[in-house]
Amino acid sequence: MTHTIKVPIMADLSQQGTKPEYLYWVGCAGAFDDRYQKVARAFVKILHHLGVSYAILGKEETCNGDPARRAGNEMLFHMQAAQVVQLLTRYEVKKMITTCPHCFNIFLNEYPDVGWRGEVIHHSQFLQQMIDEGKLKVPKDMFNNQKVVFHDPCYLGRGNNIYDAPRQVIDALETDRVEMPRNKSFALCCGAGGAQMFKEAEPGSKEVYAERTEEALATNAGIIATACPFCMTMLTDGIKYKNKEEEVKNLDIAEMIASSLGL
Amino acid sequence: MAKQLIFLFVLLITLGVFAWTMSRIFSFFNLTKSAFPVRNIGKRINITLKVAIGQSKILRWPFTGLLHALVFWGFMVITFGSFEMVIDGLAGTERVLGTFGIVYDIIIGSGDVFAAIVLIAILVFLARRLFLSIGRFKGEEIKTISKIDANIALTMILLLMVSLLGMNIGYVALHGNNQIGVYPVSQWLAGYITSGMTIYGANIFHEVNWWAHILLIFIFANILPYSKHFHVFTSIPNVFLSRLEPLGYLPNMGNVMNEVKLMMNPEAANVEAPPISRFGVKDVEDTSWKNYADALACTECGRCTAVCPAAITGKKLSPRKIFVDLRARMKEKGPGLIKNGIDYSDNKSLIRDYISEEELWACTTCNACAQECPININHPTLILDMRRYLVMEEAAAPAGLNMMFTNIENNGAPWQRGPEERLEWTESLNA
Repeated sequence: MTHTIKVPIMADLSQQGTKPEYLYWVGCAGAFDDRYQKVARAFVKILHHLGVSYAILGKEETCNGDPARRAGNEMLFHMQAAQVVQLLTRYEVKKMITTCPHCFNIFLNEYPDVGWRGEVIHHSQFLQQMIDEGKLKVPKDMFNNQKVVFHDPCYLGRGNNIYDAPRQVIDALETDRVEMPRNKSFALCCGAGGAQMFKEAEPGSKEVYAERTEEALATNAGIIATACPFCMTMLTDGIKYKNKEEEVKNLDIAEMIASSLGL
Repeated sequence: MAKQLIFLFVLLITLGVFAWTMSRIFSFFNLTKSAFPVRNIGKRINITLKVAIGQSKILRWPFTGLLHALVFWGFMVITFGSFEMVIDGLAGTERVLGTFGIVYDIIIGSGDVFAAIVLIAILVFLARRLFLSIGRFKGEEIKTISKIDANIALTMILLLMVSLLGMNIGYVALHGNNQIGVYPVSQWLAGYITSGMTIYGANIFHEVNWWAHILLIFIFANILPYSKHFHVFTSIPNVFLSRLEPLGYLPNMGNVMNEVKLMMNPEAANVEAPPISRFGVKDVEDTSWKNYADALACTECGRCTAVCPAAITGKKLSPRKIFVDLRARMKEKGPGLIKNGIDYSDNKSLIRDYISEEELWACTTCNACAQECPININHPTLILDMRRYLVMEEAAAPAGLNMMFTNIENNGAPWQRGPEERLEWTESLNA
């Protein structure tokens, strides 16, 4: 039975005089990156499956300034932050879910400095909570003990000490989860952080994403799981670069959960 | 009495030189900017116990980590004996703290064992530096002088342990059954070394080692501030002064925030805010006291660079070099700044003359360096402060980033996609 999902928009709800429990901060990648749009879609399907009260900002959402700040443009960051704080204040946002660890980090750790403080949850934490509370029950037969390796996003892992949540989400599915030699706090960056995503890499002997992809491929996992749009771009590029697109998939943990639910 | 006077004289020289060096090094802190208020003392004590005393971060590399931890713990115990030697030297007593009885036995006994352990660990460290080719000990910032520096410090520690054991062996030989304290290793070694010695010989053996040990301590203490091994003094305070926020946090520039608020709404801003003299960090006087403390505490162990994704893939960035450069630049410019005031210029700066733009733009802010640093140095924050200077004062960002800035300014997204497209992904969404 298929039905169309209409993603609730904050402004519409506000006009109707209602307020959702969560704001889902889609982020620029969720909105615009062809590959990550699929993750945003998978995640809202899960939200609907769970009957979570949420909304997105839609056309009102704007960059929270993170890439500008990481690139040294503090001025531009504050111009974006002022707009975002105004939006979040207007809609009285108290709880926010993000699918991007960079958005997660800046809202959680740095927005209190600029005037907004609230509960900020990364989707890996949200999914883990739902699984723990028994609200999200996933059929286990989907992945058939396939080998999965999780790549830690820096701003989730080292940046905020979240290592277990995404792993527990994967472990809710029947997979053979393995680790790369450099994992958790030892994990190697995908190469996209600190605004590297938007510029050419400096000259060197190798691309960072190639180094990390080789490490992931060496585990012989069929699925490289991630929980960050930039990591996804880099590792997908890495898999292509290594000509492994046929054998190895790069999936976000939300996509794994959604597909196990047949969403 | 003569011995006491000589000791007092040597001690005063030692303390005098040390105080002079310290006041010189610490006067440079006056040139630095504020970082954060030192609050949450309880949390700081916890971190110090875990990271400094417990050596939790250096133990992330188990083999060398354990060797270092043993040397560190050994030093803590052995320092008790050094303190006693100063009292003995001044008062003309021998093993005066022996009145503590069993506590003394435990401390001095374990110090004796640790002396042997430290000696072995130092031999391993020296062998690694002299005979093995270890990537971590190389790099543009590791000049020949740094390598000599490391080997001198290790040799001195080696001699310190040899003389400590020698002193204990001599003491055991002299006092036999009525000795104060216990000496498990020296007792055993004495059986080989001093067994054939006369009382007179044993006395000289003890005295030579006693003086050698205390003089080495005095010399070592005065060499350290000029060496990377200054960390013996600075690393514990540096851990205590750790930044407490999660590694992902980047400090806010309140002045810039205020300027933006003033631009957007002249009434909302706090008009009291001091004017901005410089955006970000160009040179040493723009750095914070915490940056400089990090630079003084850095032991150049290279764990940061060994885990840096940019360094691993052959890019120019080495997080260690950032702090080696800061320390060198402060040494170069600091005296001039103190003498001539904060506007002093020698037509050089930390950026470009020491640290290139290429290095700064290679950082992914992944925080692997800060995570790995055994004494909680925070590299990414300083790198970001230098980026802030390059972007806000010189508009010198790489082309791709300028494009990203323009996109954010114009469309509110880092890509050239407008707000009206933000709902595309929600279209025809079926479940």
